[in-house]
Amino acid sequence: MAVSPPESFIALQRFGLGARPGDLKAIASDPRGALLAEISPGALRITDSALPDTIAAITDVRSIQMQRKAEKQNVQGAPVPAPSAPASAPSMVMGDGMSSMDGGDTMATPARGKGQGKKPKLAVTLPDGQKPGNPLSEELAARLDHATNAQVGFAERWAMFWTNHFAIEAATGQLVRWTVGPFDREAIRAHAFGSFHDLLFAVTQHPAMLAYLNNATSIGPDSKAGIRQHKGLNENHARELMELHTIGVQAGYTQADVTSFAKVLTGWTFGQNQKQPERFGRFFFNANAHEPGPQTVLGHVYNQPGVQQGDAVLAMLAGHPATAKHIATQLVHHFVADAPPDELVALLSKTFMDTGGDLAALATALVSADAAWTAPMQKLRLPQEYVLSACRALSLTPKPQMLMKDLETLGQPLFDPPSPEGYHDDAATWLAPDAMANRLDIAQSFAQQADSSADAREVADAILGDAQSSATREAIARAEGPVQGLAILLMSPEFQRR
Amino acid sequence: MASAVTDAMLCPSRRVFLAGAGAFVAWASLPKASYAAQGRDPRFVAVILRGAMDGLAVVPPVGDPDLPALRGDLAIGTGSYGDTLPLDGFFALNASMPLLHQHYKNGDALLVHAVATGYRDRSHFDGQDVLESGETGPRMSKTGWLNRAAMVIPAGDRVAPVSGLAAMPTVPLILRGDAPTLTWTPPELKVASADTATRLIDLYSTVDPEFAKVLSAGLSTDKLAGAMDPQKGGGLAASFRSLAAGAGKLLVDEGGPRLAALSYDGWDTHTNEGAGEGRLAGLLAALDGALDSLATTMAPVWKDTVVVVMTEFGRTAAINGNEGTDHGTATTAFLLGGAVKGGRVLADWPGLKPNQLYEDRDLFPSLDLRGVLKGALRDHLGISEADLTGKVFPDSIGVKPVDGLIA
Repeated sequence: MAVSPPESFIALQRFGLGARPGDLKAIASDPRGALLAEISPGALRITDSALPDTIAAITDVRSIQMQRKAEKQNVQGAPVPAPSAPASAPSMVMGDGMSSMDGGDTMATPARGKGQGKKPKLAVTLPDGQKPGNPLSEELAARLDHATNAQVGFAERWAMFWTNHFAIEAATGQLVRWTVGPFDREAIRAHAFGSFHDLLFAVTQHPAMLAYLNNATSIGPDSKAGIRQHKGLNENHARELMELHTIGVQAGYTQADVTSFAKVLTGWTFGQNQKQPERFGRFFFNANAHEPGPQTVLGHVYNQPGVQQGDAVLAMLAGHPATAKHIATQLVHHFVADAPPDELVALLSKTFMDTGGDLAALATALVSADAAWTAPMQKLRLPQEYVLSACRALSLTPKPQMLMKDLETLGQPLFDPPSPEGYHDDAATWLAPDAMANRLDIAQSFAQQADSSADAREVADAILGDAQSSATREAIARAEGPVQGLAILLMSPEFQRR
Repeated sequence: MASAVTDAMLCPSRRVFLAGAGAFVAWASLPKASYAAQGRDPRFVAVILRGAMDGLAVVPPVGDPDLPALRGDLAIGTGSYGDTLPLDGFFALNASMPLLHQHYKNGDALLVHAVATGYRDRSHFDGQDVLESGETGPRMSKTGWLNRAAMVIPAGDRVAPVSGLAAMPTVPLILRGDAPTLTWTPPELKVASADTATRLIDLYSTVDPEFAKVLSAGLSTDKLAGAMDPQKGGGLAASFRSLAAGAGKLLVDEGGPRLAALSYDGWDTHTNEGAGEGRLAGLLAALDGALDSLATTMAPVWKDTVVVVMTEFGRTAAINGNEGTDHGTATTAFLLGGAVKGGRVLADWPGLKPNQLYEDRDLFPSLDLRGVLKGALRDHLGISEADLTGKVFPDSIGVKPVDGLIA
């Protein structure tokens, strides 16, 4: 590999989704400017009007569940619920993973990265007469479209970082599978260049997250509902909020902090009753489930009434110095190096604190720092980046169902990480024998789909430019045909390292 | 590997060409491991259950009078909820694991209870880090204890370090380090042409030797695992089993790895745990099938095999507000294999009364998992106590190896 690749290549490779033919030349005069130009809320927005919002997605889930129920009971001529018809069993599902209907779909499976056939089989029709299909393949298609239209893809990478930071597993169950796409569009992308505070609130209050981390069903033991139902806390969301979303596990909080914070968050839920349209599918505070009284979190007593108690703790976490450091470290780890340079982490951490968590300022600081450009290209493109980059390089638009399967094979299915921690992004995780052998299969398959008249040498020159090593150029030139040449391009270290 | 050459000629594919070529495979031409001369050629397999398995629901202490109060209607084996299989009278086994029960009766399964690593907080990720690194706390090492163990197995007549196998697409911490590691998972995709692979290895050897190493290893492991029973659409149980059976085939191979790690996700049962019927029961049944399938595929070497099944920590002694359990401390582990002195439960039972629980909420850790692992590694793989304390489990001098685990 070239000792020091040109900045235009680094801009596309490290911070973006790789070059399309022509991109290296297009941004050559001002590579950093091309990145800065994508730091705008509009660049994150996915404008596909066919994709449902959260409320529509949950409405669809209810319709599907009721149809299934009707089919199960085998009631002849069971009426199909119209979109406006109130649900006959509004309390049927308390939250995701709580419904027996989620059944086998609830389980996590081993050996991720292999086709697992976990897509729900639906023999139902939605109220508008359409088949529900797999919501994630439509989400993926919209993201592929968005990614291939970007000049560099920095905004897209930025969104992917935050989606992984606030990771949600679609495989949790039907409600989460249906709402994780809207979550990504309405909570993540709507705020990823705004303030971290707003992003954190949007994420924490989104039904997909409330269901995934069980806060929707966490009840204060001494609340009205707790006393009546003998139900209690579920500390899952509170713990991950501190450990993963904000201050990080090294911040030094205790089990007592987690328990108190879980009590603070009791009552934070979302409307599941279609008879209450003002709440349905939206965040709301259920005072009946809220643990009464003051709580101590990180040494500070929170005595606010109702929802304001959670607002105060969340705001404290959003602006905490440990959060700044945690986020700064993760950003540098993701974009620059597996061993994040201290000065770059310190710079981003300071920017976070100085600007009150302004994420656009954070992105600007990252791409404006020389240290972010000079680190050697030793990280490996993650599978989602790899697939999107390959589509950009070869001008491909594969069928979304096929892309979904490819991502599973490569070990990074859309919105379905193995845990709330999200996908790891260090090279050591992905630079593994089986993963590389699977990449070869995918590269071969992509090369076969490409325009058969393409000259692999010209494509390689356009995509890798001066970063292409003479050995790679030679290997592509000596390929037995265009398919093999393109497969070698997609498998080359220059294409995979960033 | 003469047979591979024949296969390659009959059926050229990327899965055989490298083995046929006999290159890049660190262990394909390895002499037998050190014990071979003494008639033993031990295998060691670590199975990691990620998410924190609820030991009290897997090996319930049915003889403990305080269990029902903690678990209410969900106290498995003590009331109307959930069936169990008898062990020693005090402990019972969740009825979702009849095959493990059979191994227990045959004397090649040892169940360990109230056991934990040295980690005392409740983060999955830190807990798994400690479980795999073998260190005294999280994020202290970039290498795993199984890899470091591979480096200190007595040399005997070996010329290269013992290699490990990660039966998953990526290398988990437990196997990271200096000893060579292969990864393998059941193949599903069609194969790329052997010719393209050859050219890539050639290219990588010039521009990126690390790429050359991993791709070579990836191509050759598929070959050793052989033709897999696809078992498609079989759900959780089939996927657990196929991973175990594939790993078993590699481990039983004369030229294959001697150490392996597998991992199964999904044990984080915060809501509707379903120990008697439901989620946990399903996971346990799948694990039961997988462990048995490991035993079946490894039958020729089973007498010299130890499988340790472990999880990062346990779960709360009491059920939570959602008929699930939250992150806890002590839990159960299993030792399985023909080399194991089994048919018993190993536990220094701490009790379940409120003042006996750890931090008033979790099963108290009365046994250090490192002591169990040290006992097994010492007596099964012949690793010295000095190496176990100095290299494999650093700063564990106070944790004595448990004696008498190996037959």
